Amino acid sequence: MRSRPDPGRLLVVDDNKVNRILLARGLEGHGHRVETAENGRQALEKLRSDSFDLVLLDIEMPEMNGYQVLETCLQDPDLRDIPIIMTSSLDELDSVVRCIELGAEDYLNKPVNPILLRARVNASLEKKRLRDEQRKLLHTFATKEVADELLKSGFSLGGKYADASILFADIRSYTSYAEREDPAEIIELLNDYFALMFDAVASYHGTVNQMAGDGFMAIFGAPIHRDDHCEQAVRAALEMIELVAGFNIEQAAQNKVQIKIGIGIASGRVIAGYTGTQHRATYTCVGDTVNLASRIESHTKVVDHPILIDQYTREGLPDDIRAEPLGPMLFKGKQQPINIFAVQLR
Amino acid sequence: MPLIDQATFEELKQMSGAEFIDELIDAFLDDAPHMIEQMQIALTAGDVESFRRNAHSLKSNANTFGATELGSLSKELELMARANNLDVGNRLDVLRAAFAEVAAELQEMRT
Repeated sequence: MRSRPDPGRLLVVDDNKVNRILLARGLEGHGHRVETAENGRQALEKLRSDSFDLVLLDIEMPEMNGYQVLETCLQDPDLRDIPIIMTSSLDELDSVVRCIELGAEDYLNKPVNPILLRARVNASLEKKRLRDEQRKLLHTFATKEVADELLKSGFSLGGKYADASILFADIRSYTSYAEREDPAEIIELLNDYFALMFDAVASYHGTVNQMAGDGFMAIFGAPIHRDDHCEQAVRAALEMIELVAGFNIEQAAQNKVQIKIGIGIASGRVIAGYTGTQHRATYTCVGDTVNLASRIESHTKVVDHPILIDQYTREGLPDDIRAEPLGPMLFKGKQQPINIFAVQLR
Repeated sequence: MPLIDQATFEELKQMSGAEFIDELIDAFLDDAPHMIEQMQIALTAGDVESFRRNAHSLKSNANTFGATELGSLSKELELMARANNLDVGNRLDVLRAAFAEVAAELQEMRT
């Protein structure tokens, strides 16, 4: 651990002036920027109008006490990630236990010991920094709900079985009216394309977990289980096709490259969990279902249908989504032929 | 027993930074008489909660400065109020006297 970590922005909440000055001066001495509040109501006003890395919160206060502030923060999605250290006198042990159970990060006894203060504040700031980094990384790939769930359940959890739908998508062809493609234009196109596709996946509660070239893989129904993962995956696929159609109209109007995509979806049991190292980790799924989804996606090259799905996915669809059977198909790595269906476009 | 425990006071200085110790002493000397006054008002009004809260604050500050005796007196009053008992006898006068002594000593300790 670093002896002098980066300074943080701290809020000291205490109705007692001596305690406020003491904590503020002590923490400023360690290089932190410190604001103070005299009661719970004032603390919440500051927390809502400004951003803080850590709160030191007194329990005994008039107007709004420490419990009420703690509970309010934990219920507020914008405030619940700010770590809170409770400050209390030694004979308030019961109250401290209650706060820790509620979700306070840590506690300090008053009069505060300077060495403990420094250690606990630094540890909490360090933990928050790590969580912020993880969150940023996760949000690049996952929807907010999935990212929050992953952060809550922790990264150390091993793999588990999950019932999910796996979607693979790839650009099948590029059509250009220009004689030669411009590399910058292709990269711009890919960025626009991915932005559209990830939006579609996210709006149907999926998580994009892999990108390779112009293709990607998305998971529906894990890590948060949902019964309608087949339907969500297929609706996302339909929206992707519509978005690409709209995108192509815009591209054509500007005399730019147009694309065709293929999507394959398979559903069933997968092994889901974190893979990677301490520094670089991703949530992923492996297993036959994943391999099958990838093979089905490749098969869109052979048949002229942009969305192909397997039988399990078909069985999970409501009546308003039509899928036409294409018959059994033999895939590499599969002993039995697989029944494939082409989803009817809207 | 010394009025101010030197080890606690030194720790306080280390914590705030020696240059801020006067600011802390001033804050205490400003606030504490107000707390004692609030305790007197609460006592007259029979307001157990206000009495307890002010005794609690005074105790907390006294302990911060190492004013051990003042701390114990405040704590005793806090615990009485917590037990819903405001039958404090002459304890508030004793507390006032103890604070006056501590205040004089802290004035001396200003740098």
